[in-house]
Amino acid sequence: MALRMWASSTANALKISCASKSLLSLSRCFATVLDGLKYAESHEWVKHEGSVATIGITDHAQDHLGEVVFVELPESGGSVSKGKGFGAVESVKATSDVNSPISGEIVEVNSKLSEAPGLINSSPYEEGWMIKVKPRSPSELESLMGSKEYTKFCEEEDASH
Amino acid sequence: MLLPQTRNIGLPMMNLMRFKGLPILQQLHIEEQLLRTSSENWCIINDGTNDPTIVMGVSGKPAELLEIESVLHDQVPVIRRFTGGGTVIVDHETIFVTFICNKEAVPDLQPYPRSIMSWSGSLYSKVFQGIGDFRLRENDYVFGNHKFGGNAQSITKNKWIHHTSFLWDFNVRNMAYLKLPKRAPAYRSARGHLDFICRLNDYMPRSTFIDKTVEAAGTQFSLRSLELEAIETCLETEFRPSTRFLTSEELEVAAAVAGQ
Repeated sequence: MALRMWASSTANALKISCASKSLLSLSRCFATVLDGLKYAESHEWVKHEGSVATIGITDHAQDHLGEVVFVELPESGGSVSKGKGFGAVESVKATSDVNSPISGEIVEVNSKLSEAPGLINSSPYEEGWMIKVKPRSPSELESLMGSKEYTKFCEEEDASH
Repeated sequence: MLLPQTRNIGLPMMNLMRFKGLPILQQLHIEEQLLRTSSENWCIINDGTNDPTIVMGVSGKPAELLEIESVLHDQVPVIRRFTGGGTVIVDHETIFVTFICNKEAVPDLQPYPRSIMSWSGSLYSKVFQGIGDFRLRENDYVFGNHKFGGNAQSITKNKWIHHTSFLWDFNVRNMAYLKLPKRAPAYRSARGHLDFICRLNDYMPRSTFIDKTVEAAGTQFSLRSLELEAIETCLETEFRPSTRFLTSEELEVAAAVAGQ
């Protein structure tokens, strides 16, 4: 328990959250970055579990995009390529491409987003997931950023503008 | 217009293409292809389009946005474009201005919708300086609380486009094809089209607006005029734009589903 409390306060100091709902609730005043996920410079996240990788956009991205009113997603059974667009979100009169951090075959698409695109804003790492992919090359995950690296990346990006 | 070269040293290059009466579908196809396939910066100005045409954003639902029966009866073309945003009806009295930029083209600009919108607001502030209480208000270009320009954007990994249709003038009858949108800015206050919009014609001569827009762009970019013929061979023939006309069948189905 003591170790958990220490981990929690340290995580908060570093602005990193563990993938648990209680810690997520502390972080709405700044962009949340979850530990255990991998991140692309174009602000998508990947959660690799077994043979499936789940992909969505980060809290930083949804915060900068504004209210999402429409989500364009591919069909299940299609393929995605690392660094290439697979869909788009619409917010504030703009469509913004969403790029896949990895290559693979799409095995599931989040159909809830057609009726509730705002899930991307309210729950970017959970209910707002976009596609699930069977990775073609698991080594692609290694080239992505971890949570600390991504946090620093976001801070530097915001500071430079 | 000859731009003083000494002012352009160190500014990023931007290609300027000017049209008059180019069909809006062709304009949108050119824009979509340049956004997706060109690594250069572009400014496109189209002084009016030929036929009255309705242009919806990427997620537009015809049954919610259009008086479909009238649209079908009068055979008004309807386009779904590749950018976000709302619905407009455009014709020869509409002036189109488009910027297509690399992410790095504008220093310190983050490629997100609100940042790009803010940048465009400051550019057009130079155009309308001292005229008609111009401002960017809830992402619309207004004089006071009357909208005269609709804008929309698309953002890719390395580029973005911001395009605007300015109401130089408009035909009151054409506005009847458009329903009041469900999603509207707060300042609209449920006003009908005619109480909500105004004409740029009342504020500035047409040629002055275009010249001042080019001049404002020239303060941030080194402009190079190009004709369409100069780039036609470079445009990829295999590119398939998503912007397209909606068919009558699609509009009829949309109306039927919505119970119109």
